[in-house]
Amino acid sequence: MNRLRRSLIGAAALLLARPLAALAAWNKAAFGAKSAAEALRSLGVAEATPSRDIVIDAPQIAENGAVVPVEIQSNLPGTTSLTVLVEKNPFPLNSRFTFLEGALPFVKLNVKMGETSEVRVLAQAGGRYYTASQEIKVTIGGCGG
Amino acid sequence: MAGPMKMRATLASGYTDVRVLMTHPMETGQRKDPDGKLVPTHFIQTVTVKVNGRTVVEAETSQAISRNPVFTFRVKGGAKGDKVEVAWVDNTGDSNKTEATVA
Repeated sequence: MNRLRRSLIGAAALLLARPLAALAAWNKAAFGAKSAAEALRSLGVAEATPSRDIVIDAPQIAENGAVVPVEIQSNLPGTTSLTVLVEKNPFPLNSRFTFLEGALPFVKLNVKMGETSEVRVLAQAGGRYYTASQEIKVTIGGCGG
Repeated sequence: MAGPMKMRATLASGYTDVRVLMTHPMETGQRKDPDGKLVPTHFIQTVTVKVNGRTVVEAETSQAISRNPVFTFRVKGGAKGDKVEVAWVDNTGDSNKTEATVA
């Protein structure tokens, strides 16, 4: 009897622990959001102040939407995270980078873009969010096939 | 099945440039195979960068990162011989990691 009870409790604890662990590792709600506004809500971003201290280095026209190089950097002191959203992609939230002590708030990555879109970058600094964006024109999409 | 990774960590002025290449299909779940069936999503979800065993960057990524992802990160300071480790985990639970020494 006791053993059965213990295993039941164990199973319940596992079930409870799993979604929590998944949440900490990968924000399913935010990445599954179909609009940029919804994704930001899931990330807990209420408002973001436009800032010139976020530097986006990306082409204005991307010939191939499957590989669009984007370099982002924040010059805001105390930047702890950078978030990339491709507003017109089926799932706008592209990636989120958390910078701990020892890393510079800089990242270069290649993103896929389904169509011409505004690429938005959010920087988190001192508990507040700042934003900048750039439009990238895409001649061939990179999401379908 | 985790494909090979490549990484290079080079000392620049005041920071270390970490360039890493991962071999991964990064399937979006929207592409169809030749039979017209949707190819299921298969993409890297988390990337972790460590320097000498200490985590410096944690990334969450979506299916909209290009196939065979390449990332460049910058780590403050750094010295020759520092150990940089980059690891990823995808949505199927597959993972891989690689290590390089700052040159």
